[in-house]
Amino acid sequence: MTATTAPPPGPSGPRGPSGSAGTNGMGATSADSGRGEVRERRPAPAALIVASAVVAAAMLLPLVFMLVQAAQVGWTELSNLLFRHLTAVLLWNTVSLCAVVTTASAGIGTAAAFATERTDLPARRLLSALIVLPVAVPDFVIAWGWTSLAPSLHGLWGAALVLTLGLYPLVYLPVAASFRSADPAQEEVSRSLGRGRLRTFWSVSLRNARLALLGGCLLVWLYLLAEYGAFEILRYQTFTTEIFAEFEVGFNTPAASALSLVLVLLGLMVLAGEAMLAHGQRGRPQPRARVVTRSRLGPATAPVVVSMVVLVALALGVPLWAISHWMESSQRTTLPAASSLGSAAWHTALYSGCAAAVATVAALPVAILAVRHRGRLATVFERTCLLVQALPGLVIALALVFFAVRYVVGIYQSAFLLIAAYVVMFFPLALIAVRASVARVPASLEEVGRSLGQRPPAVMLRVTLPLVLPGLLASFFLVFLTAVTELTATLILVPTGVQTLATQFWAYTNDFSYGAAAPFAATMLAVAVVPTYLLGRWFDRLPARSLLAA
Amino acid sequence: MTRVVVSGLRKSFGARVVLDGLDLEVPEGSLTAVLGPSGSGKTTLLRILAGFERPEAGSVTLGENVVEDGRTHLPPEARRVGYVPQDGALFPHLSASGNVGFGLSRRERRSGRVEELLGLVGLSGEGRRFPHQLSGGMQQRVALARALAGQPSLVLLDEPFSSLDAALRAGVRADVARVLSETGTTSVLVTHDQDEALSLADRVAVLRGGRVVQCASPEQLYTDPLDPALASFVGDANLLEGTVRAGTAVTPLGTLAIADDGRPLAEAQKVMVLVRPEQLELRTSNASNGGGGIDGLVVECRYFGHDMLVTVEMAAEVKGRRPLLYARLTGRSPLGSGSPVALSVAGPVKAWPAGSG
Repeated sequence: MTATTAPPPGPSGPRGPSGSAGTNGMGATSADSGRGEVRERRPAPAALIVASAVVAAAMLLPLVFMLVQAAQVGWTELSNLLFRHLTAVLLWNTVSLCAVVTTASAGIGTAAAFATERTDLPARRLLSALIVLPVAVPDFVIAWGWTSLAPSLHGLWGAALVLTLGLYPLVYLPVAASFRSADPAQEEVSRSLGRGRLRTFWSVSLRNARLALLGGCLLVWLYLLAEYGAFEILRYQTFTTEIFAEFEVGFNTPAASALSLVLVLLGLMVLAGEAMLAHGQRGRPQPRARVVTRSRLGPATAPVVVSMVVLVALALGVPLWAISHWMESSQRTTLPAASSLGSAAWHTALYSGCAAAVATVAALPVAILAVRHRGRLATVFERTCLLVQALPGLVIALALVFFAVRYVVGIYQSAFLLIAAYVVMFFPLALIAVRASVARVPASLEEVGRSLGQRPPAVMLRVTLPLVLPGLLASFFLVFLTAVTELTATLILVPTGVQTLATQFWAYTNDFSYGAAAPFAATMLAVAVVPTYLLGRWFDRLPARSLLAA
Repeated sequence: MTRVVVSGLRKSFGARVVLDGLDLEVPEGSLTAVLGPSGSGKTTLLRILAGFERPEAGSVTLGENVVEDGRTHLPPEARRVGYVPQDGALFPHLSASGNVGFGLSRRERRSGRVEELLGLVGLSGEGRRFPHQLSGGMQQRVALARALAGQPSLVLLDEPFSSLDAALRAGVRADVARVLSETGTTSVLVTHDQDEALSLADRVAVLRGGRVVQCASPEQLYTDPLDPALASFVGDANLLEGTVRAGTAVTPLGTLAIADDGRPLAEAQKVMVLVRPEQLELRTSNASNGGGGIDGLVVECRYFGHDMLVTVEMAAEVKGRRPLLYARLTGRSPLGSGSPVALSVAGPVKAWPAGSG
């Protein structure tokens, strides 16, 4: 006679009074497929696909125009224009500056993020609010502030200084968000396993934030490729300044077209490089954040506070001081341009507001498709839209000019073309913001809405829309703020006889009428600061991952 | 009140078959629990019932209406099926009243129906609070009231208690069961918790490999499970090999009476026998009174207060090793390990022909 007993429940067997045994009695795989996550990709409504396709196609148009233009120039002439000493100089200037500024911004942004998020820095809420603000100051205003006070500032190191001061918040924001949302338990485990504070920072904190850091660096690099005004003021020759000169001064469109090709190629290479480095590392579940134990700064407190204050003073204080200095002296010397200020502010707000509204509305179908109906088609549309990031505003503006002059002369130098340029340029911003807010509405809410007898349009109106509204507002402000301080495309596309804050500022600055220019800079900053504050609060609540969906 | 009939349901995600020809019948007005380990397809079943997903084959009938088959797919909003997800999924931008009234017309919302429903789930006067101001248990009650608002023909509950604290769980469970039986709503509860299924439901359907392996009353499932694997899934189990002799099973624990399950066993047939831990009786023995029972030694005693689970090693070797047995005792002081005990089995036992799982 034989007998065996049941698989013993063992130490982990019976748990409760009424004996719920271990659950593997049925030989179930322990791999939990994640309940509720096994969702089918539902086919997207046709209207959503059509809308997304139209938006994606529209975003591609400037690139197409640019290529058509280049094709019309012809390869022989293009190669003559490209393979010359000037191109090499521009390439060296651009790449070396990008390398210096990106490295410096990465260092400053990460250090500042660590100080505000992971140490017991005093007044850290104030400091973290201040440290973000330079992002609201256009780089050409920072450059103007510095050169108007120190006219000898120019060249690589001058440009590197000014642009680092203007761009480090682009690294600070995502890295700080990543530090904030990371699970401190990982760091605690690392410490308990015998790794010191510094090694833990390198091997755990920074490693977890590397995607955010990479994304920030990508943004810095792309902004640098697109920057024009600051370089012009600092007399630093890059692709943009050269393209602008060829177009505006020499009316040499073939040369501008050839150089644009190189610039876009550089941007695409950076995007591709980032995509390769970040490949397969996205979309990990975000651990639930809890209260962080902050490192004690101890005797380092004073130096850290001082260096952060100095940073803010250099980035924000210098342009502000320059503005007040010139405004004060202008009251005695030149007539304030009060009437033109009002008109410029109105047009700036009008164009920026229209562009912000259009970009936000256009982003909605693409974002919903990408989040709710993830699939090959949605990915293609989304990537297409984000490809625009590689196109500097200057290139987009010139492509639109080419198109208008060649085919639809009526819209050349109309507000329509300028707003269209803004929409395309800042569409990636809108898409990222809208996408993040759509992703924060669980699909289960929409399902519950339908099971309660509401048809999809009603669910959209009563559930989805109210919940994504903050994200739509954020997107609107993000685009609005960026458009208000846009200079390059505006200079090319602004309707005849109209001045915006940026173009009027630029005109006065070129005449060295700093006193007359200062009020326009002041107004730009005033218009930009409110959205930046709202934006900062929104970024605060956003997990780092969604900032990097690009 | 509606009877639900599901037949031949098939669904796969990519290469993974989740439902493999599932049949299920939910009697009118009953609470049926669908019990299965993680990944057994129970949530998928629920989502198909709700209309959120379409099966590749099979049909779903609610009352008289075929809502799902090869040709028909009634959208969720047309099914009148209430849905209570795991986390409640309350609309964060609406108050408790706003949530409950979401599916109601304006006239119905004004008729006091919302307040009535909140009262039903024990939340009178809490209607103005927003989801983030409510505890987890309150959120689940609101979610239930919301699901019941439109007098649905069927209510689906997707592990609605698993995100609650143990202390809260019992109360919410009891309230939900009370509300469902008071309203007489046909409901399906998905869970991986055996206690929950056995204590709440009128009927329990156990899912395995994308099919229902057994659908029975809780008592029948516990005392007369289909096979040994199912027996250990729905509760602790001692499984012993034995041989049928004259209507009894001869096992290392002695000769045991076999419960009659309507499937007679042949003489001398090898069987697998189920002895639930509460059927195993322990007497502290010592050398002087060796009268009756099988000798064993206490290996471990886990004391829960209201009862305890004792692991006993049999003194006699079976196939070269000493089997471990589990006994649940109530109203006794904990036993020290190494204590000698005598084992006996109370009541008839379930026996399956050997090799049946």
